[in-house]
Amino acid sequence: MAKVLMKGNEAIGAAAINAGCRYFFGYPITPQNEVPEYMSRELPKVGGVFVQAESEVAAINMVYGASGAGARVMTSSSSPGIALKQEGITYIAGAELPCVIVNIMRGGPGLGGIQPAQSDYNQSTRGGGNGDYKLLVYAPANLQEMVDMVQEAFDAADYYRNPVLVVGDGMIGQMMEPVEFKPYVSKYELAEKTWATDGTKGKRGPNIINSLFLDPAKLEDHNVKLQAKYKAIKENEARAELYNMDNAQVVIVAYGTTSRIAKNAIESLKKEGIEVGLIRPQTLWPFPDRAFETLPEACKGLLVVEMSMGQMIDDVKLATSCRLPVEFYGRSGGMIPEPDAIADKIKEMLGGVK
Amino acid sequence: MINEKVICAGFGGQGVMSMGQLMTYAGMLENKEVSWLPSYGPEMRGGTANCNVIVSEQMIGSPVITNDATAAIVMNLPSLDKFESHVEAGGMILVNSSLITKKVKREDVSAYYIPANEIANELGNPRIANMVMLGAYLELAKPVDTGSILEAFKKVFGESKAHLVPLNKEALERGAAFVKALRA
Repeated sequence: MAKVLMKGNEAIGAAAINAGCRYFFGYPITPQNEVPEYMSRELPKVGGVFVQAESEVAAINMVYGASGAGARVMTSSSSPGIALKQEGITYIAGAELPCVIVNIMRGGPGLGGIQPAQSDYNQSTRGGGNGDYKLLVYAPANLQEMVDMVQEAFDAADYYRNPVLVVGDGMIGQMMEPVEFKPYVSKYELAEKTWATDGTKGKRGPNIINSLFLDPAKLEDHNVKLQAKYKAIKENEARAELYNMDNAQVVIVAYGTTSRIAKNAIESLKKEGIEVGLIRPQTLWPFPDRAFETLPEACKGLLVVEMSMGQMIDDVKLATSCRLPVEFYGRSGGMIPEPDAIADKIKEMLGGVK
Repeated sequence: MINEKVICAGFGGQGVMSMGQLMTYAGMLENKEVSWLPSYGPEMRGGTANCNVIVSEQMIGSPVITNDATAAIVMNLPSLDKFESHVEAGGMILVNSSLITKKVKREDVSAYYIPANEIANELGNPRIANMVMLGAYLELAKPVDTGSILEAFKKVFGESKAHLVPLNKEALERGAAFVKALRA
């Protein structure tokens, strides 16, 4: 199929429908409003259902219900809205149900602002809700990758029976780029949803969707089972892009749109004879630890660049066991890092004068 | 090698977003790398709106244009004040002189003053001032062919607006002719 020029938020909607999503429940918030707008227009055309819920809490619980009934379902929001959904997300994780959640991040804390940010890294990867649970978290950097990851997210959610989070920021949600909807081939073998509460038809006992286990021994067993699943996700799904790593004196670690700004800094430093690499986590959880196992000989340190005050830095220190210095450069509140500022920080790390 | 980084800016309603979208779509039709990044939020609703457009023959890194714009197309005074410093040395600033009486202060960029609203009025449609500016820019920088812009017009605005293609073509041509005369 030919390329089409789409806005990021619309591409998310189109990718979801392409992946078989037929139910969307959400509540408006900038900068992701084009996702529900697109779904409200397009889902009825394919026999799907769009509901603008009375709140984010209602929306995520509608997702819980639809997923329990075996549907392919999605919700989207932006930072404060995702914060409101956390209760539902931990219930869905506890009940082992598949769904896709999209967070087009804006500045925080609190209501924050509406401009791009990445300050929900900890919320995404550490579990914003209660209990020992994990979400598979994809972090695309361009619209084609967004489309591919949203489609894959539905399959991964079904395969692991786990909520999957796709994170972007206001920039990727609002920008336009060409995208291509290639015939999608699933990499997962998906089993029939025999657990779904879609009616016994008098032929089987009722299925129960539940996250309440009052017997401590049973709840512990449940947690052990969940951990085994998270271990499998960790082994199979961690992913990163490596860029310009040969002979890199410093390696930048950045995800999403920030990685693109970092690439501009890398290209401008290359012209000055300074080689800088990039590790771009494509999954935030599981974190791509393996990408940090063999860093270039010349590497003197790592620079984490985020649109936050520094949240991913902990994971980079863990992945490298702190064997190299890990520095940070970030902007927050909707301010966007500039390539020159990143380049200056790298020169400072290398001990050069500006 | 084409690597154009353009800031289109003006009041909400002056068509700066669509000007950028047409260029982006046209670049895609010509198999170039493209990106379009809008400002969003309160300024969209009546204040100053802008978009960053990149049309390139190489892979695009950041879609954000920071102090390295090859061109700025400014439709109103606040946009000139805001973006004059964002153009790289040797770049160009296209000023809608119908609404901006101020001159470009910098001497390391080329400034072109185009009375876009007057030309649009002569064409009988004041809403087409953006296309006059776009025509001028296409003539100066040649990031995409005018034909691709008109092809993109049908894609961006739909077949229902296809009857406006001749008017838009004329506006592009008038803008191009104006800067051609300036240079001659």
